[in-house]
Amino acid sequence: MKQPSFSFLSRILAPLRAAYESLPPSVRRWTMPVLLVIFFIVALFSPAFINLYWQQVLIYVGINIILAASLNLVNGYMGEFSVGHAGFMAVGAYVASILTVWVFPRWGWGEYIPYLFPVALLVGGLAAGLTGLVIAFPSFRTRGDYLAIVTLAWNMIVKSVLENIDAIGGPRGFMGMQKLTSVAWVYVWVVITIYLLRNLVYSNFGRGTLSIREDEIASSLVSVDTRKVKITVFVVAAFFAGIAGGLFAHIIQFINPRSFSILKSTDVLVMVYLGGIGSLGGSILGATVYTVLLELLRPLQVWRWVVGPLLLVLLMIFRPRGIMGMQEWRFLVPREERVETLAALMERIRRKGEAVAAPAPVGGSSD
Amino acid sequence: MPVLQIRGLTHYFGGLRAVHDFNLDLEPGELVGIIGPNGAGKTTVFNLITGVYRPTEGEILFNGHNLVGKRSDQIVSLGIARTFQTIRLFKNLSVLDNVRIARFARMSYGVPAAMFRLPKYVREEAQTRERALELLDLMGLSEQATWVASSLPYGLQRRLEIARALATEPRLLLLDEPAAGMNPGEIAELMDLIQWIRRRFDLTIILIEHQMRVVMGICERIKVLDFGETIAEGTPAEIQNNPRVIEAYLGEEAVA
Repeated sequence: MKQPSFSFLSRILAPLRAAYESLPPSVRRWTMPVLLVIFFIVALFSPAFINLYWQQVLIYVGINIILAASLNLVNGYMGEFSVGHAGFMAVGAYVASILTVWVFPRWGWGEYIPYLFPVALLVGGLAAGLTGLVIAFPSFRTRGDYLAIVTLAWNMIVKSVLENIDAIGGPRGFMGMQKLTSVAWVYVWVVITIYLLRNLVYSNFGRGTLSIREDEIASSLVSVDTRKVKITVFVVAAFFAGIAGGLFAHIIQFINPRSFSILKSTDVLVMVYLGGIGSLGGSILGATVYTVLLELLRPLQVWRWVVGPLLLVLLMIFRPRGIMGMQEWRFLVPREERVETLAALMERIRRKGEAVAAPAPVGGSSD
Repeated sequence: MPVLQIRGLTHYFGGLRAVHDFNLDLEPGELVGIIGPNGAGKTTVFNLITGVYRPTEGEILFNGHNLVGKRSDQIVSLGIARTFQTIRLFKNLSVLDNVRIARFARMSYGVPAAMFRLPKYVREEAQTRERALELLDLMGLSEQATWVASSLPYGLQRRLEIARALATEPRLLLLDEPAAGMNPGEIAELMDLIQWIRRRFDLTIILIEHQMRVVMGICERIKVLDFGETIAEGTPAEIQNNPRVIEAYLGEEAVA
């Protein structure tokens, strides 16, 4: 995949970049880990110098990055059109909340709840992942519009079911969660999510996922087990949506079924398509831009909800692949998959190559 | 023992009989051609073998495995690969990725191994990367390994499709009109290539082709289909003089 070109930016940064590239590779290898640790420390101490409002915005940005990146796996990489991501988020949110509000205190672990928070999130994610199978199975037989309708129905079913279970508050919602989600926690989960998704995307499952988007029949005819790939993708995407849901529940400390309506799913869709399909960097960008934009547009009051759909319509017309469509930021590409690494490997293979190669193309002078 | 045995293969699309009572015994290493006018059912035979359609009747045995009812990816991992009449590459992906995807069934690591970069994943990925690049080098596509597939010239796209099929490590290769849309120079080159990969990878090949030059030039045995029926079978010389074949291709008056 090509690197995106933001020419004016790269011109400003050129001297910096040159200086960086003159460093020995052994030093450069540590750039990412060191940066990540520095950011983590900043996030950890952010309550000291960022006000409560902007802390909350940062947390929403993080949650939305997780949602957008995971939905991008389905809609961008696999090319399906799922519009029910909030349904999975709801499952994660309710399960994690029930754990921290009811289950842990009842088991006498009340005082350890801040430490058990990741466990609650993981269980919420797993529960959401399990429900991801619900969408995976119809996807074997239906594609495109029909699958979109199935996922829409799924979102509505989740909402209705939650509204009708009185034990968890029904339409009134569920509360009593502690404020466990902090900037540092969200940061950690974002890093984990992006790292794991990146690894998946650059594995043969990721390439299988892309091949389903490109041509599903051809994909199964070159040995890709499309069912296995689809199950994997839906379950993984639902898992991370569930994690995001748990984080969300423990920042606003009150969830009701309406928080996970189709509107929430639409927001995530806008972030994915705005940032760019088939690009994790795009999802990071899309989620950040869209979340911050909505905050800045608060003076517009109700009218700001017009922005999302409008943006989606304009995007589909003028830039259907989004800002970073099918491109990736360099730091998100694994070292061994970067173009120059592959070219070097090719060079090595060519030099030891056997004498009997296939009859060469006629000077490549086709068409 | 034959590699492939097809018995009484019949397929209906609704009321239309696309293939009727198709039989074929394929010995290891053979190169058999299937010819026939448009709509004769040639591609349908390939689709039935590779599990795209499920036959209405008949059986297909490949090295003793019954293929009827198996999914395409299972059939391919048993050792049958194919190319398509109209090129069906993964257009927006790199040349290398196109080939690597075809090694899907040959990799054994699971999803967790991939996500956490476990040693098994790292090892198998490195191996696949190397194998795929070797194959591209062998097929004369090393310069273009990191290109997007759709940016290749037409002839190289055909070549890549064959490389992708070979990456699944097939014993039997089904080529569906590989010479379609090629100029005479490219066709000559393609014929050399088919014969070369046949030796190099020890393949049995079935070739569907409209270009008589290709079929007559490299096939040992030819089957002729018309309206789903097998109307003739034999060596290139026999087929060329068969009145039913001439009739099917040129119409009745030509024979009279």
